[in-house]
Amino acid sequence: MKLHTVCLFLNLAAFWLLNSGHNTLLILLLGLASILLVLVISHKMDVVDHESQPLYLTRNIFSYYLWLTKEIIKANIVVVKHIWLGNQSISPTLRTIKISQKTDMGKVIYANSITLTPGTVAIDIIDDEVVVHALLKQDIESLLAGEMDRRVSQLER
Amino acid sequence: MDIIINISGALFLLIGSFLCISGGVGLLRFPDFYTRMHAVGVTDTLGAGMILIGLMFYSPDFLTFSKLVIILLLTLLIGPTTSHVLAKAAMHNNLMPKLQQEDNIKETSSSNY
Repeated sequence: MKLHTVCLFLNLAAFWLLNSGHNTLLILLLGLASILLVLVISHKMDVVDHESQPLYLTRNIFSYYLWLTKEIIKANIVVVKHIWLGNQSISPTLRTIKISQKTDMGKVIYANSITLTPGTVAIDIIDDEVVVHALLKQDIESLLAGEMDRRVSQLER
Repeated sequence: MDIIINISGALFLLIGSFLCISGGVGLLRFPDFYTRMHAVGVTDTLGAGMILIGLMFYSPDFLTFSKLVIILLLTLLIGPTTSHVLAKAAMHNNLMPKLQQEDNIKETSSSNY
């Protein structure tokens, strides 16, 4: 709890400093006052916890982002190719896919990654299955192969 | 050094514009709602991302640069959320996607709906 508060304070301070750019005493004090107000309010709302400040993710998240960026660039090239090739070249597919994540955070990261990659959209999550619509049949097959699923599960631990 | 920054910034802006135009063409060209959403995904992620990265090359100071980074992160978070909400709303109102194979529909409906 204490760690999460400190982390939220640092985030808000960085956000204020990067957005304002004025370094006079008055503006800095006003910034400090508003940060403290936000801290008090979020403590009253009881939202400062591992869900709003997922510190345990920071260990592995950056390598995951690198891998995800690479996948997004690859998927973009494929989708743009099929846009210019036209309607005959696409094979829209709807399918449910099993997910192995246990926590809510893991499920959200996995579904968000599916939607962020062009060519696949996560439509719904029902218990431990996610409904995916894909532009191409290959996209579904590569999701079924489970590379992304494995990497997100690694983040959870 | 200046000329390298200029040229690479322009290159990123050019690729980003091309991707955005491709997304627009796909939006007009694809057959139904769900496939059109995939075309918008291109504009969402790499199109906007490339343009913002291109603008980062031209930013005069660190503050502008950091604001562009914040905008990029915001777009990457908002894009998938809105597409998911759109797709879910369409599905809840019983808009079925046009699919290539008929057996796909049976498979999904037997396991899910």
